[in-house]
Amino acid sequence: MTPLQPKPSSIDWITLLLYFIFITIGLLSVYASVYVESKPMIWDTSMNYGKQLIWIFISVFIGLLILLIDEKFFYAFAYPIYAITIFLLVLVLAIGTTVKGSSSWIEIGGFRMQPAEFAKFGTALALAKYLSGYNKNFEKKRRDQYISAAIILAPMVIILLQNETGSTLVFFSFIFVLYREGLPGWILLAGLVLGILAILALLVPATYILIGLAIVALLFLLMVRRTKSLVLITMGMLLFAGVLVNSIDYVFQNVLQAHQRTRINVLLGKEVDIKGAGYNVQQSKIAIGSGGFWGKGFLQGTQNKFRFVPEQSTDFIFCTIGEEYGFVGSVIFIGLYMYLLFRLLMMAERQRQKFNRIYGYSVVSILFFHFLINVGMTLGLMPVIGIPLPFFSYGGSALLSFTVLLFIFIRLDANRVNELKSF
Amino acid sequence: MDKTFKQHTLLIIFIVVAFIYICRLFYLQIIDDSYFLSAQNNVLQEQTIYPARGLIYDRNGELLVYNDAIYDLSVMPEQVKDLDTLAFCKVLNITKEEFIKKFERLKHQKGYAPWKPCVFERQITIPTYAAFQERLFDFHGFFVEVRTDRKYKHNNAAHVMGYIGEVTDKDIEKSDGYYRMGDFIGISGVERTYEKQLGGKKGTRYVLVDSKSRSQGRYKNGEFDTPAVAGKNINLSIDYRLQQLGEELLTNKTGSVVALEPKTGEILALISSPSYNPNLLIGRDRGKKYMELLRDPMKPLFNRTLAAPYPPGSIFKILMALTGQQEHVLTPNTAYGCHHGYMFVGCHPHGSPLPLRPAIAVSCNAYFCQVYRSIVNNPSYKHAEDAYNVFYKHIASFGLGSKLGVDLYGEGSGFLPKATFYDKIYGRFRWQATTTISLGIGQGELGITPLQMANATATVANRGYYIVPHIVRRIEGKRNPDTLYQNKHWTTIDTGYFPVVIEGMQDVVERGTAYVARIPGINIAGKTGTAQNPHGKDHSIFFAFAPVENPKIAIAVVIENAGFGATWAAPIASLMIEQYLTGKHDTRKDLKERMIKGNLNHRNDTTATQTQ
Repeated sequence: MTPLQPKPSSIDWITLLLYFIFITIGLLSVYASVYVESKPMIWDTSMNYGKQLIWIFISVFIGLLILLIDEKFFYAFAYPIYAITIFLLVLVLAIGTTVKGSSSWIEIGGFRMQPAEFAKFGTALALAKYLSGYNKNFEKKRRDQYISAAIILAPMVIILLQNETGSTLVFFSFIFVLYREGLPGWILLAGLVLGILAILALLVPATYILIGLAIVALLFLLMVRRTKSLVLITMGMLLFAGVLVNSIDYVFQNVLQAHQRTRINVLLGKEVDIKGAGYNVQQSKIAIGSGGFWGKGFLQGTQNKFRFVPEQSTDFIFCTIGEEYGFVGSVIFIGLYMYLLFRLLMMAERQRQKFNRIYGYSVVSILFFHFLINVGMTLGLMPVIGIPLPFFSYGGSALLSFTVLLFIFIRLDANRVNELKSF
Repeated sequence: MDKTFKQHTLLIIFIVVAFIYICRLFYLQIIDDSYFLSAQNNVLQEQTIYPARGLIYDRNGELLVYNDAIYDLSVMPEQVKDLDTLAFCKVLNITKEEFIKKFERLKHQKGYAPWKPCVFERQITIPTYAAFQERLFDFHGFFVEVRTDRKYKHNNAAHVMGYIGEVTDKDIEKSDGYYRMGDFIGISGVERTYEKQLGGKKGTRYVLVDSKSRSQGRYKNGEFDTPAVAGKNINLSIDYRLQQLGEELLTNKTGSVVALEPKTGEILALISSPSYNPNLLIGRDRGKKYMELLRDPMKPLFNRTLAAPYPPGSIFKILMALTGQQEHVLTPNTAYGCHHGYMFVGCHPHGSPLPLRPAIAVSCNAYFCQVYRSIVNNPSYKHAEDAYNVFYKHIASFGLGSKLGVDLYGEGSGFLPKATFYDKIYGRFRWQATTTISLGIGQGELGITPLQMANATATVANRGYYIVPHIVRRIEGKRNPDTLYQNKHWTTIDTGYFPVVIEGMQDVVERGTAYVARIPGINIAGKTGTAQNPHGKDHSIFFAFAPVENPKIAIAVVIENAGFGATWAAPIASLMIEQYLTGKHDTRKDLKERMIKGNLNHRNDTTATQTQ
């Protein structure tokens, strides 16, 4: 039988190296964004950077522990872990503390945790275990599709009830996993089209869109060979689009909360609100824009120093990088992040076990989604949704949960070598 | 779909997103230099523009309250570098120790942060401001903010207008971040209730500032600036001349006057004496002066008109006469004998027996004790309590015993005892009319505020309804939009029962107890009251409305510890009615002089400024 501990050589060192690079740059960025002259020590725990340093130690320690655990543990305990995270989410609903309008925090002896963060790897494990089970076929079996959807939707609903829209949206990233496991491509495409229609619906009066769509449909029907069923399908889609466009407007006006409406309006350029939702984005763009080609240098960002960007150490951490390291630094940052994502994708594809592959895909998708929204929001390309930039943003439970998420996959991947040897 | 294609989809999406983001970065950081705030550490500074507070006028357009510019010296602590402390102290005329103390105090303020501007010295004088402005560039981190404070054109109506002051931590919390430390907010009077309208909305200006705090112009030509919205101007329903005359008449007296326009519920005059000079509560010494007024034993800050409950005395007989008729235990012809009183309630000499109208005119105590007895011991109800509850309902429908909802801060509800109140004292079913007989003549536990008295008068004048009294007539030229101040509140008394009572009240002035209040050519209906109270001499009370045919003014006057209603309250009411209806107040010079000169405050150690 093969040894339980992974051989050092089988660990993916590149991923591990990237992880350490990221948390180091992250810590320095947090330091730069909340730096005050009177408290220059990075281990000063009264400042965010001191606290972050403690969290880094905790995270690395737990990460190393994970590397020492038998990889079968994660398979065996996937459901219990999922159940615990769900339980914690429900617990928050009952005894949670409210921070900035979101009641997703649990406070234990001065430490604040956000169980929504842990639900991410809990769900990833559960989904991987379910789909890799005996005789499961996501592509063909309705029942498997429904149960997979339920595994993802359950935490989403509870997190939404906690008024934590950002974390809820993260769970949409599982659509990439499902796509890889057999979800037809047109659903992904339809999602994209729906998204574009939704944005159009908010920008242009519904009637214009419908007229436009009707013309497109008419042209389409004129150009192709008309069969009865094709005409019916086209009409049906047109009708569907009409209902959709109108209902989006309704949801926007009646379901969304005022601050969410403002954020979307600001993003779409319908509202200029430099003080409120637009203020963060405006200041963030100024900070990044003022970085220029080479950047202002470490601790030299005046936009940062004068606290023009609110939430800079958490959700807007990318501003610090953009301002202090400029275009060059930003491109290197994006390059490194992409390299990590490529690497993880490659690692996921090389797994022989379905469980490992699905889990790996979940990791890639979750990290990518965070990157997409977080960086996009600081650049003014995405609405202001409060989700952290993995490994960079200030925040203990986020750092810890991303570390666990990543290290479980590194551990699973390390076993690949053992599998080969066991042939 | 092809498996290999699926494997690569995510990869393609990654590349597309990375490409878009790098293009965006290229645009922000290299092409669009509007985001590039030059290498000289230019920073964007957010400056607050304070709006002018709305002006306050009286009902005829007479200006009462306006604004005055003040200069606050503010500081951005983080930017203070290489300060020449001695020079700075010299300009401000303070010692170095004071400077250090001030700075320390700033640091302990709630919400202090080195990168947030805060007020260092409040309301510096204009010469200091000028001297400071000259050397502004030597004092990095300091700057002057211009704001407005209130000024009062006249020294009257302090209680009506109220005053403004700095926001408290609680205000800041409640405002969701709108107010900042040091902002002004209305604290009492109209300033408080109409803070939203008067306060306007602060604006913001974005200015580029270099590292030496020198302005480098506006950011993006003010594209992101929001202008301040000035506060709305307000017309009070107060008639300034009437208010002024009233305050003059109440010189050296303790008491209240409330005058209403019955048809609209508008408050024409609201006087609480002793009062204070509103111009005391402005400027740098606001806090000090406020403490002085607060400690004054005469309590000049207390607004009696809204909150002080008085036993109404005989004016309550009017409500008894109406309730008795409504309950069919009294008709205009019901006559009762009077043998100098009823049980232990005494009465003065007059003809006997009398029917209702003359009984009102001479204010017979025995008569109204009988009326009260017949209401509460009404045999058509099983228990006295049931009858009393009906009585309570009628009286309460005049707005007594609860807050009316006036648009001024600090209204009290007075006290109208419920049946349960007597149950507690005497036990259930163990009391009846004679137990509580003093209620029938407006004595006993009853407490009514001057505003409620005036409102009850207006209700009689309107023959059965009132509109909630209010002080703001127009906002920015438009009628006060609050529907509370437009709807009629009908009493439970039928309109038909009012005329005989009003005739009785007319007799009071024509040939009854308030003959002194008579004005030739104007029909006045009124009723005197002389309220016994545990604090000393009786309160002198009078309420009236005029002209009877088409009431334009309803007035209630209470002079504390002054004796008979006819001695002080009635003449004061009469002079004010004349002033309001005819514009004249000089036809009875002797009477007016006598009223003004009457000094009923035996304690003259007050520091409160009596209004002229």
